[in-house]
Amino acid sequence: MHELAICQSLINQLENIATERNAQSISLVVVGMGPLSGVEAQLLKNAYPIASAGTIAEKAELVIEQLPIKVKCNDCGCESDATPNKLICKQCGNWRTTLISGDELMLMSVELEKDDTDKNHPNINKSGINKPDKSKLEKTQASHSATELKPAANTGLH
Amino acid sequence: MCDTCGCNITHGNENFIKPGGKLHKTESGKEAVSVLHNLLSENDHTAKHNREHFDQHQVLAINLMSSPGAGKTALLEATIQQLDKNLRIAVIEGDLETENDAERIRKHGVKAIQIATGSACHLDAHMIHQALHNLDLSEFDIVFIENVGNLVCPASFDLGQHQNVTLLSVPEGDDKPAKYPVMFRASDLVLISKSDLLPVLDDFKPQRARQYLQDIASSAPILELSSKNSEGMQAWFDWIKQQIKTRKDYLLQHPLVTHSHSHEHVHQQTHEHG
Repeated sequence: MHELAICQSLINQLENIATERNAQSISLVVVGMGPLSGVEAQLLKNAYPIASAGTIAEKAELVIEQLPIKVKCNDCGCESDATPNKLICKQCGNWRTTLISGDELMLMSVELEKDDTDKNHPNINKSGINKPDKSKLEKTQASHSATELKPAANTGLH
Repeated sequence: MCDTCGCNITHGNENFIKPGGKLHKTESGKEAVSVLHNLLSENDHTAKHNREHFDQHQVLAINLMSSPGAGKTALLEATIQQLDKNLRIAVIEGDLETENDAERIRKHGVKAIQIATGSACHLDAHMIHQALHNLDLSEFDIVFIENVGNLVCPASFDLGQHQNVTLLSVPEGDDKPAKYPVMFRASDLVLISKSDLLPVLDDFKPQRARQYLQDIASSAPILELSSKNSEGMQAWFDWIKQQIKTRKDYLLQHPLVTHSHSHEHVHQQTHEHG
């Protein structure tokens, strides 16, 4: 269950971003990962409510996007799709390939909620941490719909 | 992959990540911020810091990983006994509980620091950094880090080591690289341990393990060895010595730029921070 540790690291990054940009809360978090990152999407999703409890990212929706596994042949240069334990070139069968997609574990983007004052004056209170405005939070969160998590690719792990 | 130079964006995944891509979407009424940070950047930052400490003292750091019971501690004991005595060894042991492994190492007169991870299934760079506070690196040439026995989680965490070595013991079966591709992809050297059991467990075919490693595009060398009867140990020692030489040569060509940062804590052992 190293997903919890990774999720805690994610929350630290989210808190830093929210502080830097003087946001009231975070409504959406998009994480991109490949099957060779060693992390299970569903386990990360399960860990998120635990790691985010009491933080500025507590109410955010976590969307996890699976990136495909792709390799480039070191000999023929062909790029092909691959599976976690078969990273060979589909064109010539060569095993000397370079992974060009599939081991990512990245925070791609976040969606921040700010109050109107901050939107007009982005430099106000740049170094401080604003307390979330609860009435604003409830209003915006209510209109935010959940996105279904895509089925995780079979990584052959666990 | 790193966060600073953008090397985590390749032409293989950029279509998904860059503006207009599948993952780059903005909903109205909210501020979307593109980040593209590795989730483990905090760990990786500390790992880099650890590696700088090792390099300042020209210490080779080897991260030993395997399933529980594959023979990591036995390999270390045999290595301590048989490796050239002029190579000074220290060991950092990671286990969920007990000091048992550290005590086994200490019986050989070697400094061992035990990290009890509690419920954590892996070591991370912060734990190693803590351990380094109790280790005067100027007294050593090699630091072995014996990771928690686990073929899944440790693969995701850079500790600041120079080389990852994964043990695949004969009783485990030769298809472990296919079952745990993330771990074996991260390995710089694979040791088929308990090779003395090959005659009785003849369904383990070293050649098949090699094939599975090639299937995951790994060019890591494979050595067969037995800590019990010492067969194959010399090749392991030669590999270690080669790594020490390679690292020293690298550091000659790429002198360290001493890192400058402040620590909020006091070190028991001194190490320079530039």
